[in-house]
Amino acid sequence: MSRLDVVNVTKTFGNLVAVSDVSFKVEIGELRAVIGPNGAGKTTFFNLISGFFPPTRGRVLFDGRDVTALPAHARVKLGMARTFQITEIFPELTVRENVRIGTEVAAGYRLRAWVSRTEAAEIRRRVDETLTVAGLAAKADRLVGELAHGDQRVAEIAMALALRPQLLLLDEPTAGMGDQETYEITQLIRRLHRDSNFTIVLIEHDMRVVFHLADRITVLDQGKLLAEGTPQEIAANGAVQAAYLGKAA
Amino acid sequence: MSLDAPARKYLALAGIWLALLLAPYWMPPLGGYTALGTRVLVLGLAAMSVNFLLGFTGVLSFGHAAYFGLGAYGAGLTLKFLAASTPLSLLCGMLLGGVAGAILGALIVRRRGVYFAMVTIAFGQVFYYIAFQWSSLTGGDDGLRGFSRQPLDFGLFSIDILSDPTKFYFFVLFCFALAAGVMGFVLRSPFGRTMIAIRENERRARFLGIPVERHIWIAFTLSCFFIGFAGALYALLNNFADPRGLHYSQSGDLVIMAVMGGMRTFWGPLLGAAVFVVLQDYLSSVTVNWMSFVGLMFVLVVLFFPRGLLGVIRRKSEA
Repeated sequence: MSRLDVVNVTKTFGNLVAVSDVSFKVEIGELRAVIGPNGAGKTTFFNLISGFFPPTRGRVLFDGRDVTALPAHARVKLGMARTFQITEIFPELTVRENVRIGTEVAAGYRLRAWVSRTEAAEIRRRVDETLTVAGLAAKADRLVGELAHGDQRVAEIAMALALRPQLLLLDEPTAGMGDQETYEITQLIRRLHRDSNFTIVLIEHDMRVVFHLADRITVLDQGKLLAEGTPQEIAANGAVQAAYLGKAA
Repeated sequence: MSLDAPARKYLALAGIWLALLLAPYWMPPLGGYTALGTRVLVLGLAAMSVNFLLGFTGVLSFGHAAYFGLGAYGAGLTLKFLAASTPLSLLCGMLLGGVAGAILGALIVRRRGVYFAMVTIAFGQVFYYIAFQWSSLTGGDDGLRGFSRQPLDFGLFSIDILSDPTKFYFFVLFCFALAAGVMGFVLRSPFGRTMIAIRENERRARFLGIPVERHIWIAFTLSCFFIGFAGALYALLNNFADPRGLHYSQSGDLVIMAVMGGMRTFWGPLLGAAVFVVLQDYLSSVTVNWMSFVGLMFVLVVLFFPRGLLGVIRRKSEA
């Protein structure tokens, strides 16, 4: 059974076909990159997977379960976590509080008016663990809004990790980053994949990052699936080169 | 003198409660009177209830006077027709406000921003007109009269909160402390943190697995229970319930108190209510246009201290 099985999804906005009949399978433990030129429908595709909006046609299966009709928060509960192209964080809270909220929700405490001492201690331990994995322990008590852009991106990933997800969806994790920051976040994602065995799907523009990280690559172009394969296969694919260089194939 | 943050917090908290406990003794020498302090507490609690939504969940209700007024009518009608019991009247007032909030809240929480505010006004005005028109029950435009708060009967002894304003002040302070305690407890809980998450970034909250609409509904309902309780106390304070207490202009006053005092702070709305009530009391004896001065003050605060009066004090003390 695949972790994620997207079956013939289409999304239209009025006359615009943003995603057209795309099918896509991600296996457990895989790191998949989704690439494509601007306007290829990558983020729309992510929104369909994560439940930001429902597809016009098609189905989304998560661990074999049909989640097409489920709202975003219910998919999160099943183990799907995502980040956004434009960082979505709680800017006026500290890094620790940002991570704590997700940790408490994942522990099933979101409606609780009260937690016991042992429960609170366990939450604190998990928050510290997540902060350490993400390399944010030293900045735990700073307001997220005051961190550098790169650290904010990492903080958003830490918030997703706090949910202990089965599937991590990262929308352009290196967007707007300098070389050093890009290198660091690439190493973080690599560790999450290799050491912690997270199943990850990421959208990325930086080809160095994509070819460094991905087990397989999916290429979208104008809302359609253009190609899929190993990094070597994609690098050698004429249609992909044509789409990126803007020539007719 | 340098104190760490928790110590400063406890000191400030002790100061607030001490000032409230001693109010009947320091207010008269400063030209105030005890009932004025009681009014501050009651309206302060109402403004804190509005702020429970506005400052901590990030949604602006412009119709909370409806649930405040329902609390007042609930208490008044209980005393007039059901039983001569002050605790029962408070309970009924709170339930009426809270249950109405739970039902209407379910219809309101799908809206956001301006639309949310507009729908809350509309529902609020419905209750205003009901109270205004249903004269046989509510007394219509004249308001509900013919009831009064009852002494607290503890069997062995009773406390006369009816004729002794100081005793009534302490009774209201006790109720206020109870409500503020529960409110503070909720805000420090995991649920309270999901409210703050929604305020800070609704999209992120949703993608952390929080069903945002359901949580806003719970916060809305809790806030209506709190303000219904405040409304019931208000009816006991005046021995009277007024349809104007449900009007959207009353909602506006409560929002002004919350914003003026500082909507990102727990105690700000109480300070806002104090400033509002004292200004109203003093200015209305000088000019009928007292509201223009309150309005001017509000504009100045929003322009120069967007975090409110308490927000400024807190920032100064942290700097």
